[in-house]
Amino acid sequence: MQLVLTEEQASLSRTANDFILSSPPIARLRKLRDTRDERGYALDRLARMAELGWTAIPFPEQDGGLGMGLAELVLVTEAMGKGLAPEPFIPSIVLAGRAIALGGSAEHKASWLRPAIAGEKVLALAHTRRRGRFDRTRMPVHAAPEGQSFRLTGQATQVWGGHLADGYVVAARTAGRDGDRDGITLFLVPAQARGVTSERQYRVDAQNAAQLTFDNVLARGADVLGQVGEGDRLLDRVVDEATVALTGEMLGGMSEAFDRTLRYVRERRQFGVAIGSFQALKHRAARLYIELELSRSAVMAAARALDAQSPEAPRLVSLAKARLSDAYCLVANEAVQMHGGIGMTDEHDIGFFLKRARASEMTFGDAAYHRDRFATLDGY
Amino acid sequence: MTDIERFRGELAEFLEQELPKKVGELPPPTGDYWGGRNPELPHPMSRRYCEVMAERGLTAPTWPTEYGGGGLDKEQAKVLSAELGRLHLPVPLVGFGLSMIGPTLLQFGTEAQKREHLPKIVRGEIRWAQGYSEPNAGSDLASLQTSARIAGDTLVLNGQKIWTSYGDKADWMFGIFRTDTGGKKQEGITFLLLDMAQPGVLVRPIKLISGASPFCETFFTDARAHTRDIIHGIGNGWTVAKALLGHERNMIGDLFGAGGRQPTAGNPLAELAREYLGDRDGRLVDPLLRDRVAQVTMDERCFALTMQRNADMMKAGHKPGPESSIFKIYGTELNQRRQELLLALRGPECLGWEGVGFDERELAQTRDWLRSRGNTIEGGTSEVQLNIIAKHVLGLPD
Repeated sequence: MQLVLTEEQASLSRTANDFILSSPPIARLRKLRDTRDERGYALDRLARMAELGWTAIPFPEQDGGLGMGLAELVLVTEAMGKGLAPEPFIPSIVLAGRAIALGGSAEHKASWLRPAIAGEKVLALAHTRRRGRFDRTRMPVHAAPEGQSFRLTGQATQVWGGHLADGYVVAARTAGRDGDRDGITLFLVPAQARGVTSERQYRVDAQNAAQLTFDNVLARGADVLGQVGEGDRLLDRVVDEATVALTGEMLGGMSEAFDRTLRYVRERRQFGVAIGSFQALKHRAARLYIELELSRSAVMAAARALDAQSPEAPRLVSLAKARLSDAYCLVANEAVQMHGGIGMTDEHDIGFFLKRARASEMTFGDAAYHRDRFATLDGY
Repeated sequence: MTDIERFRGELAEFLEQELPKKVGELPPPTGDYWGGRNPELPHPMSRRYCEVMAERGLTAPTWPTEYGGGGLDKEQAKVLSAELGRLHLPVPLVGFGLSMIGPTLLQFGTEAQKREHLPKIVRGEIRWAQGYSEPNAGSDLASLQTSARIAGDTLVLNGQKIWTSYGDKADWMFGIFRTDTGGKKQEGITFLLLDMAQPGVLVRPIKLISGASPFCETFFTDARAHTRDIIHGIGNGWTVAKALLGHERNMIGDLFGAGGRQPTAGNPLAELAREYLGDRDGRLVDPLLRDRVAQVTMDERCFALTMQRNADMMKAGHKPGPESSIFKIYGTELNQRRQELLLALRGPECLGWEGVGFDERELAQTRDWLRSRGNTIEGGTSEVQLNIIAKHVLGLPD
């Protein structure tokens, strides 16, 4: 495992940063929020990301992909994190897209995956329910067998990128109960299917999220991804991959919040001097820098371990998510504090990072969840 | 066969065939050998092993061959340490000669100085001590007072150094001395080497909160050094001293990071926790301590990954810079957290000083914990390192 970027990766990173930061990114998110935009992101931006080839990164060439991995993908999400880009890249490409790539039929790939890679369709994964915390056995939907088909009933919450999406990968329980790893099945369900209702949820970070209600929705046996009752493995795999992609985004967000804060304390003057000359702030800034450096190592290592399917990969995923959850929240809290009064205002952009830090922390498991998972995987 | 494979083959042949013939019984991988005029021997054959390895420059693998080094590139040096690991052989020689003054001489020494001192370091003949801090010059090192008065081709030294690690076991000292009291305090400093075996040099060990320690005080009363042992010229010592501190930071960081366990091996923290706390269905019974074990384990792994990333970046052509201060800060604080977690896991058994009721590991760990409090002070306090990062990495104003 080489923890350094190749020439190609460095070039991809530059392109991604140029694209994301070309127009004032936070102003765009602010406008989408203030106008209560139904979609909350720009379809044409997503299409542009597809043109640049980024949506094809994590897929094999026979599925229309570039045959690259998370080591490259995190460079794109890192740039998105710097600009707080709200496009549903992770939900459509990594969560749902990868589930179809790994568990879908040729038909699924032709009608859903290829259009998603082309930026023509948006997909999302419905796997969380209210009060389910981060438990991947508490399914939002129950699926009752009916001949060769199933009837899906239940409600999924905070489905990332889910509102106005074209199709859903739905995690449902076909047997057993909460706590059982067996009996989980993933279904591919079109958004227009009879009995599917989507309501936009408005969250603190202004990203697109949906509450999805499934009322006796018909899913055929042919709509199952992977094997009936064995969806837990597929779910673990794509959520782990998406977790690493998200840690890339978090790394970008924390480094941007940190850079903005450094600029501010160099310029802001009180008592006749720049406040960045005060040791009380210098030492805290230096500690944030240490956190950033360690976080970058964690993200790079987790991405490469998953790409190599190393046995250490699940532990490194949890290490990265635990660390980034803590570190991004710390950096964002400190960023607001060091900005002083202006940092508390909605008018200033720094607060957007604080909100996204919390939302990221609560996505795919917080630090305590991932330390617990790490300990279990590490044998104690 | 690639060059590196050929190198590995030849090295393995030397280590497996020639070395046992020349040394006899080989020392175990534990117990460091520091060399010196009257060396302490962790194993009866430690000295002989060091000498045979030194004949091939393998005690200083990456130093140039003209000064007795191995002339290896970084990849070959990695192969060497992998082969030593595979054959359960110790690193043949450790010490401040190899880690601190050697690299500094390679950077700043004259040809004559390099030829005089480096081969003796490689062969483990001279053990070195560092003369930097003084009772009134700690974090503010540049305000040091110990004087060096030039008299012909000698210098006459008077004053006191403190925190001289292993000063009582060292043969030579490298240090900084004041040759000029006027002007800016950084400007009157000269970097010197001197033989400690002389009547004007008195060394006294310091007892720490953990008990006995490697630290000493060194007193100079009309002690002598030679002008030929001035490094980088009179009054230019501060530049040399700072460069050497960079080597020291890296060494201390390495000390705490490189030892990070292999992810496949068992977790000693978890094993200790299991022993003292017990488990149910394989899970430690105390959920709070279990969380702390996971936290420290993950942070240690992440620190090792960061060290690896740094090494990978150096290999890719990046220059080492003030960023290395993060290793000193994080590595030492991490060790303190580890020690405090070990106390928590042992419970009241962590309190033993000596005598009955405590086993040897418990008694040793109590001392390790107390000793670890010094980690964030020695070699530049965490606060000084944070200043370095704030100024030289983050560009925050004075």
